Amino acid sequence: MTEPQATTLFETPLGDLHRELGARMVPFAGYAMPVQYPAGIIAEHRHTREHAGLFDVSHMGQVALRGPQAARALETMVPGDVAGLEAGRQRYTLFTNPSGGILDDLMVTNAGDHLFVVVNAGCKQADIEHLIVSIGGRVGIEVLADRALLALQGPEAAAVMERLAPASAAMGFMSGRDLDIAGVACFVTRSGYTGEDGFEISVPANRAEAVARVLLAQSEVAPVGLGARDSLRLEAGLCLYGSDIDTTTTPIEAGLAWTIGKRRRAEGGFPGAEIILGQLRDGPARRRVGIRPEGKAPARAHTDIVDAVGRKIGEVTSGGFGPSLDAPIAMGFVETAFAQPGSELGLMVRGTARPARVVPLPFVPHRYRK
Amino acid sequence: MSEMRYTKDHEWLRVEGQTATVGITDYAQTQLGDVVYVELPEPGVILAKGGEAAVVESVKAASEVYSPASGEVTQANQALVERPGAINTDATGEGWFYKIRLTEPAQVAELMDQATYDAYLAELG
Repeated sequence: MTEPQATTLFETPLGDLHRELGARMVPFAGYAMPVQYPAGIIAEHRHTREHAGLFDVSHMGQVALRGPQAARALETMVPGDVAGLEAGRQRYTLFTNPSGGILDDLMVTNAGDHLFVVVNAGCKQADIEHLIVSIGGRVGIEVLADRALLALQGPEAAAVMERLAPASAAMGFMSGRDLDIAGVACFVTRSGYTGEDGFEISVPANRAEAVARVLLAQSEVAPVGLGARDSLRLEAGLCLYGSDIDTTTTPIEAGLAWTIGKRRRAEGGFPGAEIILGQLRDGPARRRVGIRPEGKAPARAHTDIVDAVGRKIGEVTSGGFGPSLDAPIAMGFVETAFAQPGSELGLMVRGTARPARVVPLPFVPHRYRK
Repeated sequence: MSEMRYTKDHEWLRVEGQTATVGITDYAQTQLGDVVYVELPEPGVILAKGGEAAVVESVKAASEVYSPASGEVTQANQALVERPGAINTDATGEGWFYKIRLTEPAQVAELMDQATYDAYLAELG
């Protein structure tokens, strides 16, 4: 292997298990992470769409926000309706900045006596500092550094979970609760990043390998690496922070207006509200779209998007190959005039404009539990 | 008797008289992972040793393939365009990229032979 043997990489609690399973480990957000196992990205991707894939996402940040003001305080940092989140319910939202850009995307679950928050690995230190500075004076902020996070995703994930934790069967999508799995007390949400039904399992770090082994022992389950995680989320039209969304993109440009509830639209009170709500009213100058190249050549992130006369109208932010479609797919931002499905685009790949068109997202229909 | 020769970038070249067949090694395909796309040179194109000859893309990334020797492309493996996965299953057989008529056959001797390439791979770990 030619990867540098960086001594500073963090290990998740499952590092030894990944190596035992033959994973190829790569540096990602400061962690040694499995990009694929011997089956390969395409096989792992398809296994997840057809059966159930187990992902180690322990590099992500898990934080508990405590105290009676937690929901209202968090609302000063995000445009989502957190105060209206009932106990046991989960929501996707965004940390925004004063210019309307996105600092990170996150999942928030009302866990009853606290808010359970999951943030991106690459942003977690900045997010935690941002939380402490912004609301630390009135909210207890506990970084759950001693917990691992596993994702079980795919149409057979529900059957696996029901076998191991029967109470999971009653969980709706975007809900969370305490569940025992193989005798280990876990906090489980029914959610994910693949477009499939599935669960994310927060488990004490010292029991993570035991739980992972029990899950992998189920006939439906195979280990899946970050490579397939990326192709699955891209087919599902889901944003990757740092690629599709960042401080230079607003929630409206990114097609995430649906994350801003009615009350928040009326009241504002989150960073960048004036700009974001202005774009909601007037429409943004550019939009995130799905893109299907006509040929077989993938267009990668940062590929220029041009119009019929070669003028640059945008840029690809995520691009690659969709194993479920057996075709290249991409997402990117284009001027609003080109954002309608059917719009013809050129993708500048190796100096040549290659024909492509805008298509609705997701590329592969979501199959979340109703 | 055809002999395999190798570059440090993990291309292989097999000489058959005045022509040679070019591909990427099994090590290279393992590093790439599942190959989903190839772009091959057109017959008639003149390639210089070390020049960009082809593109191979896995699910994750695109990589250039450099010509191990100078020559004129006589044939491209069109079957590979339809079934790029052959690079993963048979890198040195069905997974060949193109054939060239060698214009500077002496270049072949500058490439690594099997034993040298094996030692080079061992060094890479």
